[in-house]
Amino acid sequence: MLSVVEIEHLTVQYPDVKALDDVSFTVKKGDFLGIIGPNGAGKSTLFASMLGLHTKYKGTIKFFGKDIRKSKDYLKEIGYVPQKPIFEKNFPATVNDVVRMGLRKESDANKIDEILQQLWIHELSKKRIGELSGGQQQRVFIAKALVNNPKLLILDEPVTGIDQQSIDLFYSILRELNSKQKITIIWSSHDLDAVNQLANHVACLNRTLFFHGESDEFFENDELVKQYSEASMQEHMHHH
Amino acid sequence: MSLEILTFSFMHRALISGVAIAILCSVIGLFLVLRRYSLFGDAIAHSSFGGIALGLMAGVYPLWTAYGVSIVSALIITKIKEKYDISGDAAIAVLLSSGIAVGLVIVGISGGFTIDIFSFLFGSILLVSVNETILILSLTGIILIVVLLLYRQLLYSTFNEEQAKVSGIPVEKINYLIVFMAGLTVVTSIQLVGVLLISALFVIPNVTAIMYGKGFKTTAILSISFSIFSVVTGILISYVFDITPAGTIVLLSIGLFGGTMGIKSMGLLSKN
Ligand SMILES: Nc1ncnc2c1ncn2[C@@H]1O[C@H](COP(=O)(O)OP(=O)(O)OP(=O)(O)O)[C@@H](O)[C@H]1O
Ligand SMILES: [Mg+2]
Repeated sequence: MLSVVEIEHLTVQYPDVKALDDVSFTVKKGDFLGIIGPNGAGKSTLFASMLGLHTKYKGTIKFFGKDIRKSKDYLKEIGYVPQKPIFEKNFPATVNDVVRMGLRKESDANKIDEILQQLWIHELSKKRIGELSGGQQQRVFIAKALVNNPKLLILDEPVTGIDQQSIDLFYSILRELNSKQKITIIWSSHDLDAVNQLANHVACLNRTLFFHGESDEFFENDELVKQYSEASMQEHMHHH
Repeated sequence: MSLEILTFSFMHRALISGVAIAILCSVIGLFLVLRRYSLFGDAIAHSSFGGIALGLMAGVYPLWTAYGVSIVSALIITKIKEKYDISGDAAIAVLLSSGIAVGLVIVGISGGFTIDIFSFLFGSILLVSVNETILILSLTGIILIVVLLLYRQLLYSTFNEEQAKVSGIPVEKINYLIVFMAGLTVVTSIQLVGVLLISALFVIPNVTAIMYGKGFKTTAILSISFSIFSVVTGILISYVFDITPAGTIVLLSIGLFGGTMGIKSMGLLSKN
């Protein structure tokens, strides 16, 4: 099987904390990898390094077999949905404008309507992005990430502060993207149940990688599950 | 009002360059406003004072030195801002005051000038020459072409830098390009409204247009229309009543801003 991502001995040291310590794992084509870990575990830092936003890391990150320090071409194959998409509240961009920003080739403009339809936001296409609910905005950013037919989708914990109905719709969309369109997905989450239902691979991260393997293997290991559900629960309570 | 004024060739030049500058300031200003960089135009305008003083001292056409000094100092301050993580408003304050300071010192060293400082401060659109009109039109053309060609890159990196980077857009280069174009635009526009009112043209039509709740292109078109309306009407009214064009133009655009707020508070601009 072709490996999409190979991470070897990744270490990230911020001035005050070591956010990632010697993390190594591989993601294969077609994987749906759920990354779980409490707040501050280094999930966003891992993504920032993978996406070329944080370059002061030690170790190697390879996409499609190539070191990302050598070429940024791999970014063309990736769709990324950030944890909290930040923009000016009254930014004069409609849903259509935002999705179009992601579009590399103007000739693919007919893809926009198709994707808006697929994500149930076509009726909102003329609305300003700032007027939508959290769940709707999230779907717009997924649409933007998908509009170039990426081979890999990276989603950073995208369900915080979103209603249950939107979350369910979001999960069914992810499942379809992975199973029908064969898009490889890397997704960080606090929700163990959702990871259990959706992902076929699991990585447990808390500065170092505690576990990486098949989802079944993880959920059969009661000790590990208990530890991680407690860890994420605690952090969740802190959060609220 | 007599239509006779429309036959004067100085009036033709004033209106043509006025419209060009209106379009230019709206377009570049929209990106600056959305980047929370509204006062950047003001800062560049102030730093051009240093440039003009330098030109006068060196015996060079002051607008050329103004271009040089404003653009170079704007690029340097952008570099410093990025490197040392200084906030946008602080960077603007530094640029603004250093331009004036340099200008004052040069004026002091050369024992004071007898230039028409008034036209520099408040503009002199009715005095633009044929050559200046050609310069204004060419710069407007070039900048608009660049904006159209790099439309997605400019918009995306303004919307969210991080996501634009992940999409492979060279965000840093785009930032410098915007600063460079803003520098060109400001110095070019000094002739119309002068240093003191430049940021009005950058900001007011854009904040007015943004209130209409439309998408990016419609917002840009609205802003350009408001701007052209204020400039053309302002030039004509000011000539007829013999008042300052710069002040009239800015007051008209403030009028449109106030009118829009009025319409909006009456609920006529519903959110779709
Ligand atoms: N830019 C930064 N500079 C310095 N420290 C940082 C930076 N970004 C993150 N950190 C620190 O690195 C650690 C990991 O943070 P990170 O955001 O990667 O965690 P996370 O797993 O995404 O957390 P969450 O679940 O809250 O999103 C934290 O201790 C955080 O304070
Ligand atoms: Mg995070």
